[in-house]
Amino acid sequence: MAVDALQINENYAQKYGFHDTAAYAAEAPRGLSPDIVRAISERKNEPAWMTEFRLQSLKYYYQRPMPSWGSDLSGIDFENIYYYLKPADKNARSWDDVPEEIKNTFERLGIPEAERKHLAGVSAQYESEVVYHSIRKDLEEKGVIFTDTDSALRDHPELFRKYWATVIPANDNKFAALNSAVWSGGSFIWVPPGVKVEIPLQAYFRINVENMGQFERTLIICEPGSYVHYVEGCTAPTYRSDSLHSAVVEIIVKEGARCRYTTIQNWSNNVYNLVTKRAQAFRDATMEWVDCNLGSKVTMKYPAIFLMEPGAKGETLSVAFAGPGQHQDAGAKMVHVAPNTSSQIISKSISKAGGRTSYRGYLQVYKNADNVSANVSCDALLIDDQSRSDTYPYMDIESEKVAISHEATVSKVGEEQLFYLQSRGLSAEEATTMIVNGFIEPIVKELPMEYAVEMNRLIALEMEGSVG
Amino acid sequence: MADNTLIIDDLHASVAGKPILKGVNLEIKQGEIHALLGPNGSGKSTLAYTIAGHPKYEVTQGRVMWQGENVLEMEPDERAKRGLFLAFQYPTAIPGVQMVNFLRLAVKNVIGTMPAVEFRRRVKSTMAELKMDDSFATRYLNEGFSGGEKKRAEILQLAMLKPKMAILDETDSGLDIDAIKIVSDGINRLKNPEMGILIVTHYNRFLNSIRPDRVHILVEGKVARSGGQELAEELDRVGYDTLLKGVPANGR
Repeated sequence: MAVDALQINENYAQKYGFHDTAAYAAEAPRGLSPDIVRAISERKNEPAWMTEFRLQSLKYYYQRPMPSWGSDLSGIDFENIYYYLKPADKNARSWDDVPEEIKNTFERLGIPEAERKHLAGVSAQYESEVVYHSIRKDLEEKGVIFTDTDSALRDHPELFRKYWATVIPANDNKFAALNSAVWSGGSFIWVPPGVKVEIPLQAYFRINVENMGQFERTLIICEPGSYVHYVEGCTAPTYRSDSLHSAVVEIIVKEGARCRYTTIQNWSNNVYNLVTKRAQAFRDATMEWVDCNLGSKVTMKYPAIFLMEPGAKGETLSVAFAGPGQHQDAGAKMVHVAPNTSSQIISKSISKAGGRTSYRGYLQVYKNADNVSANVSCDALLIDDQSRSDTYPYMDIESEKVAISHEATVSKVGEEQLFYLQSRGLSAEEATTMIVNGFIEPIVKELPMEYAVEMNRLIALEMEGSVG
Repeated sequence: MADNTLIIDDLHASVAGKPILKGVNLEIKQGEIHALLGPNGSGKSTLAYTIAGHPKYEVTQGRVMWQGENVLEMEPDERAKRGLFLAFQYPTAIPGVQMVNFLRLAVKNVIGTMPAVEFRRRVKSTMAELKMDDSFATRYLNEGFSGGEKKRAEILQLAMLKPKMAILDETDSGLDIDAIKIVSDGINRLKNPEMGILIVTHYNRFLNSIRPDRVHILVEGKVARSGGQELAEELDRVGYDTLLKGVPANGR
């Protein structure tokens, strides 16, 4: 899956780091208050229960302390953030109806082209709102719902309310509370019983303005025997001061269903990325997180799977890449609530030029959860001596009939490997890129082809100028 | 006009401060096959790695001239692009990198862009000649390869990169008779008037199937004797001790 490193000479600034000068249809002033929360809800014409939910969440947010562990978050200036910016007056279903500047942005990012080629549905979120949305007709006819979360609240109120905040309650943690208070956009997916969506659905998240806070909220429900693969990508311009992305993703995978959720996070290096993702897998269901974190200034993200009933399987594949000034505090959380459940965590991290990666894992097995098997394997690769990697594996095992394995390795890019590849005509940079791409190959090969290529390309981009 | 004669001129090299090569002189002309024999620890592999540019080997004196330039001043990849090739005794595994993807980039860098169809055809036919299964192309480079598979993979690379000067470091070591035959047949197919070859080996038996034009014996970091094929045969009969009795280390 290696991509010709030779052909790559763009950099983030050219490819993703631009911003446009869109006019906004509505905006809330910087900072946060009950009035701002009320105004967001009002503007969205939400039912009273949601306004109430938001205001209650805001209280939780104020009450909750900042996390005292993980990354340094002291640099976030909460008063300086835009909590809501609405770019367009309506969510377009035809590409032609998307406002010109925004259309240009997504065209530069290759979204419409990707949709034509290999996607069953696309959602594009710009700042706070989804500006474009489409789903293939055949899926719509089968009853698949793939829409933005605001529309789902309006168009599918009962379904929405039945599952909303059931996996991640508003007071789960400070940033989940913040999201619950000011959430906007995100995807809502409901897959009817037995329906298999064979081609991925994709959402693309874009921050455009400086000091933006993006708080999308995604809810996926897989009815029994169904399948869906959801892919999200994110980028932002490079600014001098920071932005905040704090999403909440809740997933319910019912009996015998399977859900795969793939993230290619490539925020610019001034975005704090603090995301809560959690799934519940029921009898014989399978949940898979494929979580790739390349961008952002700080990421704290530990996709969780609660294995609720026998036969449930959970898998998290995690890739983290940290360059100068970046801290990727990523990992996974597996909770075996029921007996006869299995889980696997594979984590690969790469640190370069002073970057820092941390694997933070939590494995819990409930008291009566017998016959549980859980495997954790985390490998860290250091490109140079300035970089850092840490492993924080936590385990809380109350059952005795469990099979658990944990492996962790830290390695450096080897002199012998570099020399071998160089002796075949690869430059030091090409050789290092190839070694890094090989290191993450076990996870990248799980990505759909187009994303695997993109991932290798992004790695090559990150490796530019890193050698010699 | 490039001069495709490799001239090793008074080469001294150390590993971790310890001198290993102590003034090696050798000249290999285009199209010639030379064999370098010598007891363990005489510096054979050091010579091979030093010519290829391994960072562990520090050159303290001398030159290696190739096409009018001292290759010791070049990065390893630059040397490869000039047509030098080292077949490794112990090729390193690169996990997660498919052989075919590695080869594609190596070929592009060393001999230039090759149409995809031709590239695939050449990989496939060369692998068939080396009795390598098709699945090799998508296996991870040298990972989990047996000794024989690694050596065949080296010869595959040699065939794809078409060097003008190939150094084969103990390509026969650790192979059984059948594997040696496959590898030596492979080398015999590849040898041509355009390519010089330096075969570094422990034993003479490899040289029964690849007939060298010249044979050199390296002792304690210097070439102790040089001759034709008969020198290798004599060594086979009498062993190093007798052969080198009374020969000063730098005698030729």
